[in-house]
Amino acid sequence: MEALVASAIGMMTAAGVYLMLRQRTFPVIVGLTLLTYAVNVFLFTSGRLATNMPAIYGEGAPGYSDPLPQALVLTAIVISFGMTAVIVMMALGAFLESGHDKVDMNDDDAPVDGGQK
Amino acid sequence: MMYHWISVPVLLPAILGAAMVLLMRNDLLLQRVFALVSTLGLLAVSIALLVAASNEGPEVYQLGDWPAPFGIVLVLDRLSAMMVTLTAVLAVAVLLYTIGSGWDTRGRHFHALFQFQLMGICGAFLTGDAFNLFVFFEVLLIASYGLMIHSGGRDRLRAGVQYVAFNLVGSSLFLFALASIYSITGTLNIADLAVKAAELPQGDAALFRVAAVMLMMVFAIKGALVPLQFWLPGTYSNAPGPVAALFAVMTKIGAYSVIRFGVIVLPTTHPVTGTLIADLMLPAALLTLIIGALGILGATTLSRLAAFAAVASMGTAFIAISAFTPASTAAALYYMVHSTLAGAALFLIADLVTYRRAHDGLHQSLPPIAQAGLISALFMVSAIATAGMPPLSGFIGKLLVLDALRDSAALVWSVILVTSLIIIVGFARAGSTLFWKAHASAPEGDGATHPAQALSFVAVGTLLAGLVALTVFAGPVIAWIEVTAASLFDPAAYIAANQLPEVK
Repeated sequence: MEALVASAIGMMTAAGVYLMLRQRTFPVIVGLTLLTYAVNVFLFTSGRLATNMPAIYGEGAPGYSDPLPQALVLTAIVISFGMTAVIVMMALGAFLESGHDKVDMNDDDAPVDGGQK
Repeated sequence: MMYHWISVPVLLPAILGAAMVLLMRNDLLLQRVFALVSTLGLLAVSIALLVAASNEGPEVYQLGDWPAPFGIVLVLDRLSAMMVTLTAVLAVAVLLYTIGSGWDTRGRHFHALFQFQLMGICGAFLTGDAFNLFVFFEVLLIASYGLMIHSGGRDRLRAGVQYVAFNLVGSSLFLFALASIYSITGTLNIADLAVKAAELPQGDAALFRVAAVMLMMVFAIKGALVPLQFWLPGTYSNAPGPVAALFAVMTKIGAYSVIRFGVIVLPTTHPVTGTLIADLMLPAALLTLIIGALGILGATTLSRLAAFAAVASMGTAFIAISAFTPASTAAALYYMVHSTLAGAALFLIADLVTYRRAHDGLHQSLPPIAQAGLISALFMVSAIATAGMPPLSGFIGKLLVLDALRDSAALVWSVILVTSLIIIVGFARAGSTLFWKAHASAPEGDGATHPAQALSFVAVGTLLAGLVALTVFAGPVIAWIEVTAASLFDPAAYIAANQLPEVK
């Protein structure tokens, strides 16, 4: 169980970082999404893995699974979802304005004089 | 007792920001009035909090009346009160400039986003909970994404995508760090962390070191510390002028968090981390200052020059912070207050120039701009302040930093002094291209005309007056900041204010 979760987090992080280093916005956004998935699972496991345990400790319960990381994960999921939506909109805007979706700022058509705002 | 007032710097902008979106989105005049009311109210409340914090010591506000460490708390101490007041002063000046220059007419929802940004910044300064700090980081970031691309444009949108992507990585790193810390200590309340981190089980030492460095990396991204600074020049130089001026306080959030966590949770006497953070931070801070100074010298546009000035100022601040002594922290705090005001003034002046010139490039001189005399005087004052020349507060700030770092004088002094010279040359070159050589290429006949926009000049003047006040009242201000730094290094009062339960 631990090995499975740990390797899943590791692989998602590795894939996310690889995609993030690409030159086009779409792979970058997919990479960021994978990275946020990995971090969500990682956050979830920070309360230790416990299966079939109640979230609230009571008399006679064999133990409990820590509820706090679950609350943290919910917050993190909402935030990363919102942020991904924002970057998709901005990437779309940048693509429509400039006609291509390269991430770096050094194009051939960049204005040499700094550009007018 | 300021108990409920502690939540006002977060709630006031949040409520008015939401009201602006929902009730007055089509009425710019109403938005401006409410934005001014909110920002001036924030200033008044923050000054009251500052007085209370200096007289009574740390005070805790329990959200939902849940006691720490189970509930989230807001902690008002001298440091957080100082940073909230600084934010409020900056916000008033930036808002006046925005209204004066008409920036808020060039896109929608400027004022609402501005209020949400203030909410995030004040919340980040006030919170006493590490996860809540993450949430307020996200609040201020998502507002800053909207402000950054205000009024659109190709370059601004593309710089915005980079900015968002970089900060998403930073947020993920923040969560990794927080999850690791929680899995070791079982708490995220800052005061409780300070207690628990001091007595870690031996087996968790390596994991805690990794978590500590990851956490500091997140704050280094916010504070634009080399090698994590490369988002800043592109973002700040492409953002609208007043937005970049407001962002001047965002890098200070990184520095504030480093001070907060570095002094209270990870002190240099900590058995596990020791001087690890300080040892990593000093070389990075020196490199930040060098790169900032070279950037100022080589900047191709005035707004890029202002952005690299922000990088250089963070380098100086982090050099002082990385020593982690009361004297150096006091120097860093004074320098941070100074560089926030000076950096913001520089961005506003860059914006004034850009709108009177065809572009703000520095490689060729153009005909004189309208109101050139006044703008060049303002530029000169802010350049003197930023470069750290006497008589303004930049000089006093750098003097304090040098004085606090006598122990490593050979390296630190030479870097700070040589970069100061490079910065002076960079500003002199930019100023002469923009204002002096302009007369050589002046056309015959009437000069350029541009509406004077008195309010814009009032806003820049307010910031520069703040710098003058910081210089004139340097004695009392430094005395107050030294007490603040001393209270940081003796966190007993801060921890006691959280009323943590006794561990049986």
